Amino acid sequence: MLRLVQLELQKLWLNKASKILIFVSFILPFTVLVLSSIKINFFGIFTLELGELGIFNFPIIWHITTFFASYFKFFFAIVVVSMIGNEYSNKTLKQNLIDGLSKKEFILSKFYTIVFFSLCATILIGLATFLIGLYYSSYTEATIIFREIEFLLAYFVKLVGFFSLCLFFGMLLKRSAFALGFLVILYILEWIVFWGAYEVFGNADSAFKVKNFLPLESMYKLIDQPIQRIVMTKFPEKTDIAYDYAVHWYEIAIVLGWTALFIFLSYRLLKKRDL
Amino acid sequence: MEPILTINNLTKKFGSLTAVKDLSFTINKGNVYGILGPNGSGKSTTLGIVLNVVNKSTGDFQWFDGNTTTHDALKQVGAIIERPNFYPYMTAEQNLKLVCKIKGVDYSKIDEKLNVVGLLDRKDHKFKTYSLGMKQRLAIASALLNDPEILILDEPTNGLDPQGIHQIRQIIKDIAATGTTILLASHLLDEVEKVCSHVVVLRQGVKLYSGRVDEMISSHGFFELKAEKHQELLDLLETHSNFGNVKLEDGLITAFLNEPMSASDFNKLMFDKGILLSHLVKRKESLEEQFLQLTDNQEN
Repeated sequence: MLRLVQLELQKLWLNKASKILIFVSFILPFTVLVLSSIKINFFGIFTLELGELGIFNFPIIWHITTFFASYFKFFFAIVVVSMIGNEYSNKTLKQNLIDGLSKKEFILSKFYTIVFFSLCATILIGLATFLIGLYYSSYTEATIIFREIEFLLAYFVKLVGFFSLCLFFGMLLKRSAFALGFLVILYILEWIVFWGAYEVFGNADSAFKVKNFLPLESMYKLIDQPIQRIVMTKFPEKTDIAYDYAVHWYEIAIVLGWTALFIFLSYRLLKKRDL
Repeated sequence: MEPILTINNLTKKFGSLTAVKDLSFTINKGNVYGILGPNGSGKSTTLGIVLNVVNKSTGDFQWFDGNTTTHDALKQVGAIIERPNFYPYMTAEQNLKLVCKIKGVDYSKIDEKLNVVGLLDRKDHKFKTYSLGMKQRLAIASALLNDPEILILDEPTNGLDPQGIHQIRQIIKDIAATGTTILLASHLLDEVEKVCSHVVVLRQGVKLYSGRVDEMISSHGFFELKAEKHQELLDLLETHSNFGNVKLEDGLITAFLNEPMSASDFNKLMFDKGILLSHLVKRKESLEEQFLQLTDNQEN
């Protein structure tokens, strides 16, 4: 396993473009996180000091940082699709197999790398959140600090799931640009399914329940948007905006199911294909 | 003899096209084999199948004694197919390190093999800066990293300039001299003739011949003759039972032997008949002539 990760890391690390993208996908969320914690102005939306808003309080901070940090996954998504696309365009996939890498090992080396990077990203975000929280939070009892730490798990599963989807699209289409384009198509497709379900069931609630099973939506649902929750903490009397933002086991199960399917399909695709 | 690769009734279909049809042959240790055939005859497909990058339709193949999986066997094989494929942004050394990691070979082999192909002084240059000849030599170095039992080369001189072709052939000969089994696929007859001891001839996915190069056609050779008494010589050849086909071209008579006969015996016979030869050469068909004859025969 270590050998397979090393193999892939060498391929990525010596490539300038992917090195920069990896840096960006790690550095950028931190910069934003750190800047937002010291500056008063946050994306020009809030003019209050963010610390005072209470968003850096435990346990809500876990929710907020993982939600916003997950948007930076797109940078690493480019790395994932190009690490497949390049193997095809350089024909090094063929050469790797001839040199004695099995098709299974090839897919696994990509998958392990995805897991490795997701783990690094999760640990870093977890650490930064913990430190910023300690600094700003009004509550510092251990039970409160670690109360919603499952958002970190959700963040990790979300990254692994999303990158596995990118890996599968990369294998399917062989070209990075097409694979990224397909992500957009999938996004539209999921809304079409939503619309179809709405026609059948007649209400949005049921239609959303259907959509929750689809790949992109299920990954999004892992960490619901926290804005509404921030509003809720400010106006506790407004019970009509209450919503379920928790991380549920079945949400994680759905995404893990998709992940397994994407990796399996990638392997099947490679096995069946003549190179 | 120790078998390295055994292929049994291998067939590969791409849709309605049959690229390889019911192919069987065996590669034994220590010989230099050629797979000969025009473009599109199924050479690369056959190699692709045994190297695990193309899926077979029917039939099977086994590496070594049959107890090794293809995945493990490939670690004892060195192969380059078609163009040299490396990561353009890595240097030669970095590329070879990657191959070492895949094959489970120690890094110390890298310098040794780069030296064999004469690229040691360019090892820190990026692959994309290499000329085609250098890329092909790097591919050979990469294939040699694990000191393979068998080296498989698919069209190794394709697209190279004469100097590059010469360098590659010299390297192949040097490797063959160390006792490594080599399987060389080529459409260049003269390349196979110069390098190989055994040959498999393919045409449109069908095996036409496999065996030693010099036994490719059961032929006893032919005489090229000239004489003052031209007509008498022709008449004699026509009637003599040892000769089959007799051809006349620009005053040069070519007489094909049906049975073995040495040049001196023939000369003596002519002398006894009172025909003095001004030109006598005994030759065997070149591989090219044999190849064309073989493929022509199958056409009918």
